[in-house]
Amino acid sequence: MLTSAILPRRVWLLIGYAVAAAALFSAPLYLSDFRLNLLAKCLAFAIVALGLDLLWGYTGILSLGHGVFFGLGAYAMAMHLKLVSSGSRLPDFMDWMGLTKLPWFWEPFKSFAFAALMGIIIPAVLALVLGFFTFRNRIRGVYFTILTQALVIITVTLFVGQQAYTGGTNGLTGYTKMFGYSLKSDTAKTMVYLVTVVALLLSFLLCRYLVKSRFGKVLRAIRDGENRTRFLGYDPSSYQMAAFAVSAGLAGLAGMLFVLHVGIVSPTMMAIVPSIEMVLLVAIGGRGTLIGAVIGAVIMTQAKSELSASYPDFWLFFLGALFIVVTVFLPGGIVGLIRQLRQKLTRRRNENDINLNSIVPESNGVV
Amino acid sequence: MEIWVSQVFNGLSVSSILLLIALGLAITFGLMRVINMAHGEFIMIGAYGAYMTQEIFRSTLPKSLFDAYFPVAILVSFVIAFAIGYLLEVTLIRFLYGRPLDSLLATWGVGLMLQQLARSIFGAPNVAVSSPSWLDGGMTIFSGVVLPYKRLFIIGLVALCLVAMYLYIYRSNAGRRMRAVMQNRDMAACLGISTRRVDSFTFAIGSGIAGIAGCALTLIGPIGPSIGTYYIVDAFMVVVLGGVGKLVGTVAGALGIGVFNTLFEWWTDASLGKVLVFLCIVAFLQWKPMGMFAVRTRSLDN
Repeated sequence: MLTSAILPRRVWLLIGYAVAAAALFSAPLYLSDFRLNLLAKCLAFAIVALGLDLLWGYTGILSLGHGVFFGLGAYAMAMHLKLVSSGSRLPDFMDWMGLTKLPWFWEPFKSFAFAALMGIIIPAVLALVLGFFTFRNRIRGVYFTILTQALVIITVTLFVGQQAYTGGTNGLTGYTKMFGYSLKSDTAKTMVYLVTVVALLLSFLLCRYLVKSRFGKVLRAIRDGENRTRFLGYDPSSYQMAAFAVSAGLAGLAGMLFVLHVGIVSPTMMAIVPSIEMVLLVAIGGRGTLIGAVIGAVIMTQAKSELSASYPDFWLFFLGALFIVVTVFLPGGIVGLIRQLRQKLTRRRNENDINLNSIVPESNGVV
Repeated sequence: MEIWVSQVFNGLSVSSILLLIALGLAITFGLMRVINMAHGEFIMIGAYGAYMTQEIFRSTLPKSLFDAYFPVAILVSFVIAFAIGYLLEVTLIRFLYGRPLDSLLATWGVGLMLQQLARSIFGAPNVAVSSPSWLDGGMTIFSGVVLPYKRLFIIGLVALCLVAMYLYIYRSNAGRRMRAVMQNRDMAACLGISTRRVDSFTFAIGSGIAGIAGCALTLIGPIGPSIGTYYIVDAFMVVVLGGVGKLVGTVAGALGIGVFNTLFEWWTDASLGKVLVFLCIVAFLQWKPMGMFAVRTRSLDN
């Protein structure tokens, strides 16, 4: 490469990241309210995508249940907002359902710190429990994936069914304030956006630290050969559980932020379709690369907002086709495509410093 | 007593539908290891196949012949789903063997497109298929317990499909070739079996059975473009619970989930019942991670 003659690649990457971060932080200065809100949603999804990538791209476990973790985080935050907005009265939907007293598990959500903590801890613990009961028994690959999908179905049914406690199909909505400030004001919106950027950066750094560390090496080893890793003396199930829990915690964090941007949470947000769309974010960007997950999330969320509004019918065809094209022709996603192009340009095929096949495992565990 | 009988019958009825859907999956997932998320859409195709047959009968044939449409519809549904399944295998699935998770994502995309296609052809609202008059009413076994003929018919249809599948897989030459390819592809190819043809045919049969399931579903309620998504995850759970690669596992899995689902929903409510069933499945998998009837193998990373 020409550029590498002047500066090493690391420095270029660092400059790139710095520019991207600066662009994100200064976005409130040059973006309209609508655009800023959209970007904030993209970034929230980017956090989920990071977590999913850690799990799928690096550990080789495909979870179709991240909508649940996302949703649990969202509900935790929404419960707090709902309580704050209702003041001393009972939240309206409980009133309609005939409850006279606030349920005990709603009580502590009056505290923001508790809600924010629970938004991460509940998904992580749920993932840990589910992981404990599956990975330890070496239920993996597609079996695990199907179980996560079942988790989505039952959680959605539960949330819809327990209307008095969860708001049912309508979910929780109608929040107005937070910390005493109106959520509708421009300063609040900018603040929430900036918090999202910080959360994304921290999540990115966390994931980067994890994948660069020894832990990340073991994760990749599990992805490429679970039994070999086991025979080398590692316990894959505890690593898988840890990756799953971190991933779920990140999804919960994203869910909390997402609620702040959209002002509503409902069971549809954690149903099967959003869950699988989250996976697509990672697949499009490029699994097994953290920046790929972020790129995929930003591009896809933007595209969805543009296309699904103007061509709702066409959008679903497009989405379906995208699933097929990405899995069959572009297993490395956008980042993989860029790498491929760069390899072609520089014609350094014989040097195996970038081996595309090592990014995407041919088969993920089973079969 | 009455309520027990009718609940168990309900359970059996739910099981039979699950079984019919899971039978197709048992082939595509159990034998071919392809996660076909578009399976639900083949159900939808079958259901619309029945709907179209009904409309054609209604518009072209005299009224007296209308009741005969249903047997024809079953055939039509099977043939349409079979053909589309064949097409899908040839164009897409064959690139995805050995990559189950990728096959899941790609077929999910296919499912989305098929749903949208159905929406543009038939419209988004549900359509109703009027069941033939000879299936109205029910059999009274004792006072207070009526077994609807429709449900009985579905149970019979499922039994018939099961027997046909058994005969095909374990007693016919084509079935023997199929099992040979699935057990040891290279060896089968060496012995002169056209593995490509077996693959496409097997996948198409799995899809065709989903078509029959769709046709049966028209007896129960109205049908819409997303009818398949409602059943697909349950059907996958049946295969996971029953164990992959054996028909008897699928039957046992369907019976287990169907009956327990009905009973739990009766004892608690619909949403808690589903949670309990899920917990039971996870608990069961603690004991037998490979499902009820797993094919024994000594290979580590099969």
